Amino acid sequence: MDLVNYAMNHVWLIPLFPLVSFALIAFVFFKMPKVSATISISAILLSFATALLVGYGVIQHGGFVEDPLQYTIKWFQVGSLKMELGVRLDGMTAMMLFVVTLVASMVNIYSLGYMHGDRSFSRFFAFLSLFAMSMLGLVIAPNLLQMYVFWELVGLCSYLLIGFWYHRYSAREAAKKAFITTRTGDFGLLLGILAIQVHFGTLDFAQLSHVININNAPAYLFGILLVLFLGPIGKSGQFPLHVWLPDAMEGPTPVSALIHAATMVVAGVYLTGRMLFAFQAVPSAMLMVAIVGGFTALFAATIAITQVEMKKILAYSTVSQLGYMMLALGAGSLSSSMFHLMTHAFFKALMFLGAGSVLHAMHDEANIWKYGGLRKKMPITAYTFLVGCLAIAGIFPFAGFFSKDQIIEAVYKMSSMDGGTGAFAGIYTILFWVAVITAGLTAFYMFRMFFICFTGEEKPENHPHESPKTMTFPLLLLAVLSLVGGLVGFPGLKEGVAFGSFVRLGEFEMVHANAFLITLTTVVALAGIGLAMAIYWKKAISHEAIAEKFKPIYNVLYHKYYIDEIYLWLINNVLDGLGKVLYWFDIHVIDGIIDGIAAIARFLGGSMRKAETGKLQNYGLVMFLAVVVIAIILYLAGDNTSSTAAAFLLGGGK
Amino acid sequence: MIGLNHFLILAGALFCIGMFGALSKRNAIAILMGIELMLNSVNINLVAFSRFVTPKVLTGQIFAIFVIVVAAAEVAVGLALIFAIYRNRVSVNVEDFDWLKW
Amino acid sequence: MNEVVFYILAAIIVIAGLLVVSLRNIVHSALFMVLAFIGVAGIYVMLGADFLASVQILVYAGAIAIFMVFGIMLTQRGNMQQTNLFSKQAGVTGVVSLGLFGLIVFLTSKTDWIKSTESINKDTIPTIADAMMSTYVVPFEVAALLLTVAMIGAIIIAKGVNKSQ
Repeated sequence: MDLVNYAMNHVWLIPLFPLVSFALIAFVFFKMPKVSATISISAILLSFATALLVGYGVIQHGGFVEDPLQYTIKWFQVGSLKMELGVRLDGMTAMMLFVVTLVASMVNIYSLGYMHGDRSFSRFFAFLSLFAMSMLGLVIAPNLLQMYVFWELVGLCSYLLIGFWYHRYSAREAAKKAFITTRTGDFGLLLGILAIQVHFGTLDFAQLSHVININNAPAYLFGILLVLFLGPIGKSGQFPLHVWLPDAMEGPTPVSALIHAATMVVAGVYLTGRMLFAFQAVPSAMLMVAIVGGFTALFAATIAITQVEMKKILAYSTVSQLGYMMLALGAGSLSSSMFHLMTHAFFKALMFLGAGSVLHAMHDEANIWKYGGLRKKMPITAYTFLVGCLAIAGIFPFAGFFSKDQIIEAVYKMSSMDGGTGAFAGIYTILFWVAVITAGLTAFYMFRMFFICFTGEEKPENHPHESPKTMTFPLLLLAVLSLVGGLVGFPGLKEGVAFGSFVRLGEFEMVHANAFLITLTTVVALAGIGLAMAIYWKKAISHEAIAEKFKPIYNVLYHKYYIDEIYLWLINNVLDGLGKVLYWFDIHVIDGIIDGIAAIARFLGGSMRKAETGKLQNYGLVMFLAVVVIAIILYLAGDNTSSTAAAFLLGGGK
Repeated sequence: MIGLNHFLILAGALFCIGMFGALSKRNAIAILMGIELMLNSVNINLVAFSRFVTPKVLTGQIFAIFVIVVAAAEVAVGLALIFAIYRNRVSVNVEDFDWLKW
Repeated sequence: MNEVVFYILAAIIVIAGLLVVSLRNIVHSALFMVLAFIGVAGIYVMLGADFLASVQILVYAGAIAIFMVFGIMLTQRGNMQQTNLFSKQAGVTGVVSLGLFGLIVFLTSKTDWIKSTESINKDTIPTIADAMMSTYVVPFEVAALLLTVAMIGAIIIAKGVNKSQ
């Protein structure tokens, strides 16, 4: 018990261990790769153990939902502006700590095998530790400022890790693209934070939740939230700032698993979840979140059905699932969104690590059409991957089934089908069907990938082999979690046991099984799997024929709706054009003013120098002329009877 | 009666004539002549004031003597300068001496 | 009697002065300048400054005027009729001179000069000598120094600098 209490009061130790690890690796043990790896793995396992203790303590306290445990130190104070650093501990925090440390530990262990022999081995582990520290610091943040600081730090780590193999041009470009795109979103986030500080005087989550509620939401709150939401759009890869996520696959696969599947990209969802009380105060803001999420989910799913690289398919799948999480938040359900976040972390990390295993075996050949029948030589990878696919497709009793169902149920409740009478019920109905269709598409493209890679005939030029134990152990652990991780959200669980009692906004709602929805989603998922089976396993329908028949649609989807090309066109023409206009303005107008002033000086000088004739007689004449003129003026200016001043000028007089 | 004013007006006229000559003639020596006329007008002023304001002490006359001394010295040096310029430039036309021009 | 003399002398001076500045032949100008000096000497006598009148004739008419003529002789070139022309700014200068003269006349006539009623000093030379050696001895010595310096300076300037030095 004492250990648990100690852990709960010292939650800041959890990010501290990876920070110390980073410092040690970067400054002391850089030349010793094995020592670096050991330090990094030990640090993250220590954090994981502490997170488990903290989680246990939080469950004991009923989730800290109503009164979170919060302790801070004062960072700086300027007038009435007070900035604090510290910890906010509630159910959501504990869940995130558990997930982040778990996946980070798995990735650290996996990297031992995957990055073996890489010449920048130590640097990799240093960056992994730095990232772990940043993400954990973000998760425990009690106010928007600390969250923003660590938000930027995770962005930095993402840049460093995507461009890890910096000698590759595509990796460098992808790193820049990631950083710049998220930076664009972060600008909006910063504006939102500043606006909140100015209008509400505080950035602390607890204080803000007291100040902002649905009864006294000011009119400008929608604007603030709109701008603030740009940050999550960028960081969590929502449309239109999703373009960096697929390119981020240039980084090593453990990085993709850790950052771009399970942890960093969910930072946007996490922030929106933390601020959900503010979004709930403005129903139109909630609708905006839901629309962005729902659209992104469908959008990414349609792209994913045509992609030919394993990691790209998984990346678009991540974007799609993040859309689901946003949709859940937009429908007002924090529990289902966070639940899906947790289960998604498990099965998506699992599948990414599985993809890494395949890439390792196929010597970095990425095109899935070059694979085939891999399950014979790589059984562990294949069957854990199957677990992941079943989980994401939402098949009972795997984890994804429960979480996805809860999201669809949340949207269903807001729609007009369930008798919802909110202002936007009709739109929520549309979003509901969008979610259902996307579920089918998800099952389809996931199993398409599975069947192409792991079933069918082996190609003779491949020599696959199963991966070492350091890589298969995390796969197995995550597969187990993908199987049983959803059971905490089983319908009918009571308060104190169900996931929804520890992570919620508002009153605890017990999960009820809705027969209509369960059947609908299962049917749709099975239809997706069946179609994939028909085309890619049994080869009953030729995929090339379908691609030919729907060629224009296929091209648009394959080229990702040409979004990258559109952005490039915008940047080259609109942005550069604006730059050229401003450049012209700078050169001609502003410099023109300066040059004009100089030209005036030159002109004045040029004309006034003509007074210097060099002839003494001219100077003398001017002098005497001046004397006469001044004398007259002085005489006229004074009173007429006395001419004293003028007389003095000429000399003499009374 | 010839009063102070007559002498003063006479001196003023001579001064203006001298100034006119000094500022409007081309020959350098003519300018010197104009300056001499101006100095003479000053002397007339001094002596007139001495006669009408302090007749006993004759301060003005002594002052006038010193003016004559200075005028003599000035003419000497001035003509030496004109010689020096004339030797180099072969001209005493002051309109040619404009090396301080822009 | 006094007035007639004054007006004659004044006419001589003014007319001579005008001729000095307006003749085109510079030798003629020099000669009329001598005439102007003599007229001024006469004015001095009218004012009771007899010593000063002698000094005027001796120095001005006798030395300075000759000096001018020497100068003309040594720097004369070309046509004698063209030696003393007006410059381009003669017109403006004339206006300014007239203005100045008008100003002087106006102001002096307006001013209330303080005049003394003592009688004239008839022993000018003893008075001047006494004053020169007692009250004004310093300016006297300085004047002597000035003349020496001027002489030396004039010699050096007129001698010129030898190019080989």
